Order: sequence, then structure tokens, then C-alpha cells
Amino acid sequence: MLHRRAWLLHLILIIASLIVAFPILFALVKATQIRSQVLSPSLIPGTAFVENVRNVFLNANLLTFMRNSLIVAAAVTVGKTTLSLMAGMALVFFRFPFKRVIFGLILLTLMIPVEVLIVPLFDVISLQPPQTWADFSEWIRRPDKMLFEPAQYGYGWANTYWALIVPFLASATGTFLFRQHFMSIPRSLADAARIDGATPFQFLQKVLVPMSWNTIGALAVIEFVYVWNQYLWPKVIIRREELQVVQVGLNLIIGTGEGVEWGYVMAGATLSLVPPLLVFMLLQEQFMRGFALSESK
Amino acid sequence: MKDNAVFTSRVLPWLLLLPSFIILLGFIYYPAIQAWVLSLHRSNLFLGTRQFIGFDNFRLMFTGPLADKYIQVVIQTFVYGALVVGIGLSIAIVLATLASSPIRGARVYRLLLIWPFALSPAVAGTIFLFMFNPDVGSVNEVLGTVFGIRPRWLDTPTLAFALVVIASVWKNLGYNIVFYLAALQNVPKELNEAAAIDGASPIQRFFRITVPMLSPMTFFLLFTNLTFAFFESFGLIDIVTKGGPVGPSPVDAAGITTTMIYQVTIDGFGGSGNTGLAAALGNIILLFTAIITVLQFRYGSRRVQYGAN
Repeated sequence: MLHRRAWLLHLILIIASLIVAFPILFALVKATQIRSQVLSPSLIPGTAFVENVRNVFLNANLLTFMRNSLIVAAAVTVGKTTLSLMAGMALVFFRFPFKRVIFGLILLTLMIPVEVLIVPLFDVISLQPPQTWADFSEWIRRPDKMLFEPAQYGYGWANTYWALIVPFLASATGTFLFRQHFMSIPRSLADAARIDGATPFQFLQKVLVPMSWNTIGALAVIEFVYVWNQYLWPKVIIRREELQVVQVGLNLIIGTGEGVEWGYVMAGATLSLVPPLLVFMLLQEQFMRGFALSESK
Repeated sequence: MKDNAVFTSRVLPWLLLLPSFIILLGFIYYPAIQAWVLSLHRSNLFLGTRQFIGFDNFRLMFTGPLADKYIQVVIQTFVYGALVVGIGLSIAIVLATLASSPIRGARVYRLLLIWPFALSPAVAGTIFLFMFNPDVGSVNEVLGTVFGIRPRWLDTPTLAFALVVIASVWKNLGYNIVFYLAALQNVPKELNEAAAIDGASPIQRFFRITVPMLSPMTFFLLFTNLTFAFFESFGLIDIVTKGGPVGPSPVDAAGITTTMIYQVTIDGFGGSGNTGLAAALGNIILLFTAIITVLQFRYGSRRVQYGAN
């Protein structure tokens, strides 16, 4: 039964793999061609790859864009994973009042993607903080004004990395994932640790973290890719080219000059895929296992 | 639920939760309140003027001369989302099932199907913009030489809309297949074998076993793909069509590929800088998102597979 159909299966899967890969391979080939070839449908690899890469890296600032993205994505990935792990630990291994309410408040933010808040967040991030103590004390004394009138002050973070990093450090998804994973850890293990006199910190270091690499890996992949691929928020809040991230930077490369240098653009597009692909390849096993695990509950 | 609360410190749990909580308060909850406050004001990005006008921004969107535009934008966002979810998940579930079947080289196929997992909307948009460029794109070079036609992909409303849908489906394919493959690892082999012995055809087994067993994952992906269509698609649309072109009547009140989030940025950060109106539309998206999330939590866990545990 299976063997008679095997060739059909192979055929479908080969065609599907080609369709999935085609646009990226197309971009890769175009990145190697000289200008006249780029604008023809020719799919023969050319010799200009190094030149295109050098041009897009240095003349079109791709190097700067990629460095910015790397800083932001690494900072968010590490920060978010750490904060989620801490929150997950508090929610599972401690008993304290209002636990359900707090978990609810964290989970509720699943419903509020940052993109939906783009307009107020722009205000809150870009407005300057109060400049004098007098202004500050006047502001803090009027919570009604603070909440029910349009924001008067903000963090003053327009055109900084802070604006791209800090708002993304807390994560409902991450907290949820760690909570699920921690709840699957046998209670006897935590009991044994406590009876042996382990402090919560030792428990975290010696038991929880070593048992959580799959969840940590899965989360790290998701967060890195999510931040690396962000477009709308950096486009709105970062107005200085030397601080811009790679996704918006690509659009800037398209937009420079009269005729678009499509060879450079394709080189840039291809190169921008490398870091998330590396992270994914590196953590693929953990990623698959981390998800298989949390889905089975 | 199981209680694992073995530690009794009073202070420590709060210390562990504090950083997350500060971030959520300062960057989600406070802006969320501000979103409602702003939507009740006439507010201009460039002039910095703010004037309380009650629900006028909402009224403006759904009654009066601008209503056609906003209603069109809402409807086409949902049509776009439904197409991306429907087409994308159907293809992904079939391909993931095929790549999980016990054939030679299945591992290689799996890798070949998922490697563009990390593709970004902006890069997908950039590549499609070049491929389908009416003047210098390779697609038109080939079509022009072989069939003598050079479709205006980016200015023809139906073509532009189709192009954005196709690019989105393609962009999400690797992502969807990864998650279906992960879920397929949990489907017990015995179920399929037993059904095969009972004489069920592969197609019957797909619809009677695989699809129901994967339903929890389908609900999860339904949610993430809708989130993509609502929000993350912005990068793709911004690069490929910039929200245009304006459609034929009756869809001539806005660009055919303008989604709700795109309209928010046009209103809030475009020439008019009308942040009050943009915040109001943002709140309407928020309501839709909330409804979808609640539905996901209510029905997502109910239509789960049977047995297996």
C-alpha cells in the first residue's frame, strides 16, 4: 500500500520543498549576479556576490543595521527568558496571597499585543520625563490626571536601544510556558531539595535550570526570531538611520537613490536571514522537544 | 491543579515577580489606559494639541463620510486573515502529515520544509516585491516572453490583494509546518496502524485520525496566524503595496491591502498625525483581539483529541 504510493509522496514533497525554498534561492542567486543579470530572469549564479555583499554592508549600512538588531535581539532574548523563568518559579514553587489574580494579570497581556498600543506607546516612550523635582512631585500627587488625561511625561527614549528592548522584556507566553513546565516537575523533587536544606536559589541553580533547557531553548528561539523580525515599532520610534534595525534598514536600502540596486537588496535580504537561521539550527532539538512537551499536557 | 508550593518565603516570590510586573505596568497596562484616554481626545502628533471630544473619534469612523473607508478596512482585514489562515493551515497540515510518513528521506524533507521558519515579513515582502516588479521583475520577464503578458501586479487591485495573500501564506508555511511536525510526534503510531489494518484508506485516516488529533495545535496556529494577519503582516504590506491600490467600487474607499493596523499608522503617523483617531481604531482592534483570545481559550481546550493519555 505504502510502497505503491511512495513515488507520489516523494514527488509532492520534492515540489513542496522547491516551492518553499524558491523565493529564498532566487534571492540568493540574484545576490551573486552583476547588475545586468539581476534584472534578467536568469537563474545562473554570477560572480558578483562578494562585491554585492561589500557594497550592501559598507555603502548601504547593512553592517550597522545588523549590529543594532543583534544587540537588541540578544538583550531581549536573555532578559525575557530570565524574567519569565523568575516569574514562573514564583508562581509554582511559592505560596503567597493573590497568586491567581497575579497570574491572571500576566496572562491578560496575551490579549494586548504591543502593535495595538503603538500610538500611546509612542507617546509614553518619546515624551520627556519631568525635568525638575517640582514637576515630578506635582505629577505624582495627581494620580487622576496621570491616568485619565493624555500623558504629560514619558521615558524620553525615542531613538535609543532602550525603546526597542525594555517594553519587550516581560512575557506572558514565557511565564506561561515555564509555569507549565515547572508544574510537570514531580513535587517530591522540590520537597527533597527543601528537606536537604537547599535554598530557593540553590534549587533554581541545581535543579530547575538543568531540567529546563528544552523550555529555555524553545523560548529563546521564539523570542530571538520575534525580535529580529520586528518592523513596525522600530520604524515608528527610531528615526536615526545609524540606530535602525535590519528589517527597516532593508526598506531604506530599497528606497535609496533613483534605480533600486536589486542585487544589493537581495544580498541584504539573504544575509539578514542568517542569524535567526543559525539560532534555530543551534537550538532546533530543544525547540522541538520543548514544544512537544508543553503541548502534551 | 497540582500544588508544588514548597517554599514559604514571604518576600522572595514578590521579588521574583517584580521585574515582570514593572515592565507590564509601565509598557502594557499604562499605555493600554492611555489608548482609551487618547481615543477620547482630538490629538495631533505634530502640534501636540489635545482636546477632549468624547466618543467623536469612534462616531467619525462608523457614521458619516469616512464610515465607508473604515468599514472596508475592517472587512478586508478579516477576509485577508481568513484566507491566510484557511489556505496556509490546510497546506501546512497536509505537508507536515506527508513529511511524517515512514518513507525514505523523511528527515531530509522535514528539514527542507521548515528551514524558512525564521523568515520575516519584511524579507518576504522584499523578495516578492522584486520578483513581481511589473517592470524589472523576473516573473513578468518570463510571462512576457512566454505568454506576451505583463500583469501590473502592484497596481491592479485583485492582483495586488492576491499577491499579498500568497506572500503571507508562503511566509508562514515553514512556521506552521514546524508546529504541526512537533505535534505529530505526539500522535501514537498505533492509531494509524490499527486503522490501516481495519482497511481505512490514507485519506480516511488523514481526516478521521490526523486532523482530529492535531486539533489543539490547529487552534494554537489559528490564533498565531490571525495575530500575524492582524499585526505582523504590516511589514510585508508596507514593503509590497504600501496599503494600495484603491479598489474598484464598492471597495474604493481605501487601499485594497490596507489592514486595520496599517490604517492606524496612516492615521497616527502619516500626514494628518491624528493620534486620537488612530488610538480609537487601535482600541477597536484590541476588542477584536480580545474576542478571538477568549474564543481560543474557551474552545481551544475543548475540541481536543480523545484517548492518547
